Amino acid sequence: MATTADDFAPGAGAHAGHGGDHDHDHADHKPGFFARWFMSTNHKDIGSLYLMFAIVAGIIGGAISGIMRVELAEPGIQYLQWWAQFMGGANDINTALHMWNVFITAHGLIMVFFMVMPAMIGGFGNWFVPLMIGAPDMAFPRMNNVSFWLTVAGFFSLLFSLFVPGGSGPGAGVGWTVYAPLSTTGSPGPAVDFAIFSLHLAGAGSILGATNFITTIFNMRAPGMTLHKMPLFVWSVLVTAFLLLLALPVLAAAITMLLTDRNFGTTFFDPAGGGDPVLYQHLFWFFGHPEVYIMILPGFGMISQIVATFSRKPVFGYLGMAYAMVAIGVVGFIVWAHHMYTVGLDVNTKMYFTAATMVIAVPTGVKIFSWIATMWGGSLEFKSPMVWSLGFIFLFTVGGVTGVVLANGGIDDNLHDTYYVVAHFHYVLSMGAVFSMFAGFYYWFPKMSGRMHSELLSHIHFWTFFVGVNVIFFPQHFLGMQGMPRRYPDYAEAYTFWHEISTYGYYIMAGSMIFFFVNIAYALLAGKKAEGNPWGEGATTLEWTLPSPPPYHQFETLPVIEDHHDYHDHRPATA
Amino acid sequence: MGQALDRMKFGIVALMAAAMAFGLAFAAPQAMAQDASGTDVGGGAAGAAADADAAAAAADAFDGGIDAPAGEVNAASAGGYAPMAPTEGKGMPTSYQEDALKSMTFQDQYTADGAYALGMHDYILMPVITVISLFVLFLLLYVVVKFRRGANPVASKTTHNTMIEVVWTIVPVIILVVIAVPSITLLARQYETPPEEAITVKAVGYQWYWGYEYPDHDVEVISNMLEADEALSRGEPYQLAVDNRMVVPAGVPLRIQTTAADVIHAFAVPSLWFKQDAVPGRLNERMLVIEEPGVYYGQCSELCGSRHGYMPITVEALPMEQFEAWVVEQGGSIPGSAELEDNNDPIDTGDESPAAADPEAAADA
Repeated sequence: MATTADDFAPGAGAHAGHGGDHDHDHADHKPGFFARWFMSTNHKDIGSLYLMFAIVAGIIGGAISGIMRVELAEPGIQYLQWWAQFMGGANDINTALHMWNVFITAHGLIMVFFMVMPAMIGGFGNWFVPLMIGAPDMAFPRMNNVSFWLTVAGFFSLLFSLFVPGGSGPGAGVGWTVYAPLSTTGSPGPAVDFAIFSLHLAGAGSILGATNFITTIFNMRAPGMTLHKMPLFVWSVLVTAFLLLLALPVLAAAITMLLTDRNFGTTFFDPAGGGDPVLYQHLFWFFGHPEVYIMILPGFGMISQIVATFSRKPVFGYLGMAYAMVAIGVVGFIVWAHHMYTVGLDVNTKMYFTAATMVIAVPTGVKIFSWIATMWGGSLEFKSPMVWSLGFIFLFTVGGVTGVVLANGGIDDNLHDTYYVVAHFHYVLSMGAVFSMFAGFYYWFPKMSGRMHSELLSHIHFWTFFVGVNVIFFPQHFLGMQGMPRRYPDYAEAYTFWHEISTYGYYIMAGSMIFFFVNIAYALLAGKKAEGNPWGEGATTLEWTLPSPPPYHQFETLPVIEDHHDYHDHRPATA
Repeated sequence: MGQALDRMKFGIVALMAAAMAFGLAFAAPQAMAQDASGTDVGGGAAGAAADADAAAAAADAFDGGIDAPAGEVNAASAGGYAPMAPTEGKGMPTSYQEDALKSMTFQDQYTADGAYALGMHDYILMPVITVISLFVLFLLLYVVVKFRRGANPVASKTTHNTMIEVVWTIVPVIILVVIAVPSITLLARQYETPPEEAITVKAVGYQWYWGYEYPDHDVEVISNMLEADEALSRGEPYQLAVDNRMVVPAGVPLRIQTTAADVIHAFAVPSLWFKQDAVPGRLNERMLVIEEPGVYYGQCSELCGSRHGYMPITVEALPMEQFEAWVVEQGGSIPGSAELEDNNDPIDTGDESPAAADPEAAADA
């Protein structure tokens, strides 16, 4: 440990050894269990809490998708009545069908708000933004803790909603978009109120987290680390934090209006009182579209770090990569109505949103090609994070090009609210975001745990998962083009074949997750001890200058990024 | 079914062409225009064949009317509306077992805008996205093989190349412009204002059924899904068939208005490339011209509560004379024959109205 402290002590000064010992004592002073995990102010502990939380939420959200895929394996209603009774509902067909809507709603909300966002921003962001910029912790450690527990409280509010009345059965069956008036006059009972409140809590947690990240990144970078020397992952979190800060208040406003429409007699979205249901959609998607970039931008950042590391080559076109993310973030705010093409927009509005939406393909293309150019001429090593990144680049491209198809308002007239859309956004999220999260997980797991995972199990996990998700979602393009609407528990017989294939894909995917969990268990119980930098000379960001796992408090003496350091190499001079 | 195969073949050819040069995309709008007319011919032929099939299954007098309006008048005055039997593969999804290729793409289109949109998808979008995806895949495989550590132990330090960065910014812009031109054209076509004489049908979404109001004809229809047994016994697809269809005339402009009584629904018919939300407190309007008689199935496409999946849409397009006969049978009136109607009882009107509408029908033919 003492030698470790020397590693990151600036300039290897005369009293470095002494300072190292001092750091050692202080750095490893950990509070007791309850204080450490329930009142945590340590960014790494909070990051770990977020990751564990996201894994638990992911298991629940993934199990719900399993319930849905099994139900959809053949036409007719097979299991929903059983689930309705299991959840405490009546044994009749309306409750069963309501259960379906509860499942789609819970799956969407859990995966978006309680799996992807906590893992990407709360988990990896908390862990590695301070490490990468050479900061001892986040700017507001206690607020960081509040963010996490608000998210947990939000999750409990959502879970609670499953067991209280929400219309023709227990739970909120309104879709993750919570469109009025289905979510107001269409859903009596407290379930929808609890679901909405869960978004309030999670949203408040995210807003606090976003301010924390912005403050940290702007004020706590190590001496000499200018914005243009920051690792791209930090850039991605910075852009994401701004999106959160600007988008979430709009969601908060919209769902607060839903609550008052539901409970206090206002009519923001009720035409009978002069309101407009479409207003809700504008507000929701003004948040909702930036939200999809919130879910993918940190992934972009991770992929950039990983591709550079395992190519032993600096990121190609660093500034272009950073500002492509800024551009995606900015343009992401002015394309929201492409989610509403069929709502009755006028023709000029639709033409504008078609054109603006297609513009996003340009910075996204810059990123894809820059990743490939980063590898071009590199010396590629196919460790687990790298194969997940390669999978990400291809699958995200596939999801991206179907986005170009959907961007055309006239084409979307047929595809809107069909399985084509489901396939599209699962290609960019369930493959894009999730592949980047697994890439990041395998990249940083040794750093976080101090143990090496099994490369073999990670590769098996990759290939089985890759096959599984493609078998699930590729046929859904066909279903969508044939006209299969989303959010249907049942379908015409003609759709049977591709639904059945899709369900087989789910089994493969679910089976592949076994390798993931076995791998974690193996690593924690029997994994080799990880070195400070297990990935070799390509890993040039500051977290790799620390031991694995890093000391409880790091960078008490700030590292200095000297002038000769470029954005791709932050390591202190070895001489 | 032949249509889908042809489309696939054309698509593959177009794809290869596009791989060689994106310049093809510039020529594609013209190709599409030709295709649209080609589709009409193909569709017409298929329709004729379908008519023959249907004639065997359904009432002879009813179906014969498509070819001979004179016979239709008699059938109508005899109170002969019977729901048209659907044609396999037309206006409904196709299963993998029936036709694997067709189950993987769009349903055949029976509107001019639908044919245009389908052409745009098949000849521009599909080739472009396929080529881009394969191009990225190829580049990935290339770097994986060429620059693996074994083959290239020492990494280069290249981090910039202004030329290539400009190229991969500009080329996507050009591709997007190529896509945008037909896309904007398509939108303009879809938003053409219906002519004054267009027939208005107001589709009202309810939890969980559709109501179709014909303000020009004083007809109102309530449309519920058929139970599975009932649908099968009528030779219709389960979950798509309804008891009372939305009957409209083929070949003439329709003014489809949508609204809803409770929550948001969406009126969607894939084979007509038509989807329009039904929003409470709003009246959305769009022109629709169905090119040929037939039965076209659709489904509610906006989450509207527990029975969202069970409020299908069945559009039955008929020749004008038969449509008017249907109107009369529903107790409605034909606009323009109002004076006659006032002086006659409904049964007589049945005789009068097709005659009154004859000039229009002739114009269509």
